[in-house]
Amino acid sequence: MKKTIISITVIIFLFSGFVAVALAANEPPKEGGMLPDIKLQMPKSPEGKNYLGLKGDGSFTIPQIKANVVIIEIYSMYCPYCQKEAPIVNELFNLIEKNPDLKGKIKIIGIGAGNTPFEVDTFRKTYDIPFPLFQDEDFSIHKACGEVRTPYFIAIKINKKGTHQVIYSELGTIKNAEDFLKMIRKRSGLK
Amino acid sequence: MNKKRITRLILIIWIISIITFITTDQCLSEMFKDYIYQPGTLKPIDSVPKLKVGDQAPDFTLPAISGEKVSMNQYLGKKNVVISFVPAAWTPVCSDQWPGYNIAKNYFDKYDAILIGITVDNIPTLYAWTTPMGKLWFPVLSDFWPHGAVADKYGVLRSNGVSERALFVIDKKGIIRYIDIHDINKRPHLENLVKELEKLK
Repeated sequence: MKKTIISITVIIFLFSGFVAVALAANEPPKEGGMLPDIKLQMPKSPEGKNYLGLKGDGSFTIPQIKANVVIIEIYSMYCPYCQKEAPIVNELFNLIEKNPDLKGKIKIIGIGAGNTPFEVDTFRKTYDIPFPLFQDEDFSIHKACGEVRTPYFIAIKINKKGTHQVIYSELGTIKNAEDFLKMIRKRSGLK
Repeated sequence: MNKKRITRLILIIWIISIITFITTDQCLSEMFKDYIYQPGTLKPIDSVPKLKVGDQAPDFTLPAISGEKVSMNQYLGKKNVVISFVPAAWTPVCSDQWPGYNIAKNYFDKYDAILIGITVDNIPTLYAWTTPMGKLWFPVLSDFWPHGAVADKYGVLRSNGVSERALFVIDKKGIIRYIDIHDINKRPHLENLVKELEKLK
């Protein structure tokens, strides 16, 4: 009987440790912290490269983007809320591009969780998305970002030395493009 | 006695760990967050195929959420038809599958095809489930009574009474040109369906 209790305790202990490790490995990026190691495929279009301020082929990481702030939307073509969000994010893009103080300093990218290049393209065409979208067919980026629900927005501030901090990391709609932009400007210190 | 107990305990722990670690939820949308029943990973396919490519698609008439009745044969000679069976309302993956098709109408138009969505749920359930998806451009049919009869005719009724996640592409002559009885836990990629529609030209 004693032996049984001991072995049960050992098994439960090992199991709970396993759960703790598994849970800790997948958390969404925290404000004040850093992004997980995400590699994105360089856009093929010259406009895409130009917008991001990047050259060449292969892959790049988000803090390499030439900007003071990068806003990242994790979405899916299959997600109804993301479909509803698309015009709001387009409006955000236009607000930034129309403002000479912000153009080139704040950039937006989208990552299609579980979406193939074809599905990403379908989403782009449906909503005339003007900023670069990236595929995450195998959910690897989605997993690295804590398997968040969609749409999920992350904003990072890129410092002069190339380091970065997460200044926004939240689930759900940005609600209002103007208010969201104000908040991002405040948090990033962009005048 | 002790041995039996330990075996039982190990079994329980094993089951718990399976449930904890192998939940493949591709239904990411925040919209359905609190409403989706999580069954864990299911047996990928749990039915015996009854139809093959080249067969005549069996006719059926089912009620749609809109109140009208929709028959397979009403499209004969007029439209190519894609039938999308999804297992049931409020289940993972598929709660996202149809909203995806909802923005893919131009592919269906391009290849002169219509889409029919079918589940084994009754109309009120389908209504409650599909309303937050926004206005769907394709009819959603209820294969509720006699339960799963159409799914059964098409060989996609699973042993627990829900259907497979399956796609049938049927040409204007009513001939089945493509069958995808998909792993129920995974969403079929849109481009595979579009490629099959392309072949109908």
